[in-house]
Amino acid sequence: MTRAGGWLLAAGALTLPLWLQSTYHLHVAIMAGIFGVLAMSLNLLLGYTGQLSLGHAAFFGIGAYTSALLTLKLDWSFWPALAAAVALAGAAGFFIGRLALKLRGAYFVLVTISFAGVISLVSVNWIELTNGPLGLPGVPAPELGPWSLRSKTAYYYLVLAAVGLSYLVCRRLVRSRIGRALVALRENEPLAESVGVDVTHYLVLAAVVSAAMAGLGGSLYAHYTRFVSPEVFLFTYTVTMVIMVVAGGKGTLAGPLVGAVLFSVLPEALRAAASWQWQMLAYGVLLVLLVFYLPRGIVPWLAGVMLGSQAPREPDSPPARR
Amino acid sequence: MLAVRDLAVRFGGVTALESVSFEVRPGSITSVIGPNGAGKTTAFNAITGYLRPTGGRVTYDGAPLTGLRPSAIARRGIVRTFQKTSVFPALSVEDNVLIGLHLRGTAGFFAVLAGRARLMAEERALTADAAALIDFVGLGHRRREAARALPYGEQRLVELAVALAARPRVLLLDEPGAGMSSSEKAVVSGLIRRVREQGVTVLLVEHDMRMVMGVSDTVIVLNGGRVIAEGAPAAIQAHPEVIRAYLGASAGSA
Repeated sequence: MTRAGGWLLAAGALTLPLWLQSTYHLHVAIMAGIFGVLAMSLNLLLGYTGQLSLGHAAFFGIGAYTSALLTLKLDWSFWPALAAAVALAGAAGFFIGRLALKLRGAYFVLVTISFAGVISLVSVNWIELTNGPLGLPGVPAPELGPWSLRSKTAYYYLVLAAVGLSYLVCRRLVRSRIGRALVALRENEPLAESVGVDVTHYLVLAAVVSAAMAGLGGSLYAHYTRFVSPEVFLFTYTVTMVIMVVAGGKGTLAGPLVGAVLFSVLPEALRAAASWQWQMLAYGVLLVLLVFYLPRGIVPWLAGVMLGSQAPREPDSPPARR
Repeated sequence: MLAVRDLAVRFGGVTALESVSFEVRPGSITSVIGPNGAGKTTAFNAITGYLRPTGGRVTYDGAPLTGLRPSAIARRGIVRTFQKTSVFPALSVEDNVLIGLHLRGTAGFFAVLAGRARLMAEERALTADAAALIDFVGLGHRRREAARALPYGEQRLVELAVALAARPRVLLLDEPGAGMSSSEKAVVSGLIRRVREQGVTVLLVEHDMRMVMGVSDTVIVLNGGRVIAEGAPAAIQAHPEVIRAYLGASAGSA
């Protein structure tokens, strides 16, 4: 993405509430932002280290429950609860990162799925703490000093700030020697080790940052919908994140955001246009077409078009960074 | 000095290395030769931490390397290349070498997040180092190209540059000339000599006898998981047991 294009997008995002007519559209924008954070979080692992976490909803859910429980049961205010949600999700990421170190590829996928399953079961069955399947209603809206961030416009800016922060963290990491080390592990782990890249250190680091970022998304989600239930652990959330990352372009900075916006707006647009069955069908067909014709994702394809060259079709090896 | 003592590697019932001992003199070019299956690559893997030996030990300047992870061994200055071409395929030649420079960088997680100005200076210095290394192996014109787009011989040079970027004190090269034309091999031999001139000890596994005899100070011969001879190239070429083991029926034509 060119610098001018980036500023234009930022300006558009900052003034979005002025352009959008209804609160419903603003709601879609907020959800797109929350999923943007989640997709960026997943992309750190999937796009850069090449490890697919299919239990990413667990970190999202841990963030949501932590924030909800601390504000509801201990009367914490929003900001420390948010920080705790990020920290606890990050700690869970550390645990999974250590556990999964010996297990790569399919085994890593299985470990993350199982982890999400276990956490989900806890949320359903530890009724004294989580209220079980009934969930936790009445999660308070955040406040900033004397102001409540209850309105959709205010919440939109809160989410936008989180998106900006997450993007900045990803960008700085990816464009540093840390990002190079992560990509090195994805591309050729034995070679990376031979020149001193410590696999343990960097995989755990990526898992912690990724999980913490998902926890941030979870906390924002909890205080937005004001209700948390075991549904936050649904596999659908993880699948949505994966679709967003893969469609947008894994291993690119802008890809997850593009994917998040596209796959938040699209289902809503389809909802207005067609009945439920047709929506799902159209959604599925679009996905198949995307994967078939743009296997590397939208952002690498656009970059190829803008460079005037035909982007080579190499589904298994996306470019390292842009 | 790199010292290997009674190194043994067994895979189940198969003995790959029985009991291998040798020392690599600092500043020398030492070659390990032997027929296929003699245990050369196994020895490399055991020395550099890719394989845990079932017995024996490896020390560098008296400190044990056995049991350390490959990245920790690299941090102590012992860096290897691989028998099969091993680059970061999707990345540019420059990014390949920048990864090789990993240990030279100092930026940690929080410094990176804070985006310190010092890091920009470090990145510029590393990029300049990478460019110098790429020029050293003669790939200056390929700097921005993806490694996998390069012809085979040039990919092997990328590998060499990546290993050199890690600033080895001992460089272990596993068949650097494999699959190369004779002119490319001459280039590699020249580079190996220049690396040694910079004070790097080189341990070489190679099948090409002309290359081995041309660059080595010392040749170690492995056969059946044991060292059967060690000495200067001329002495090795005349060694009766080497001729029998290594050259088999065509003895005398070496």
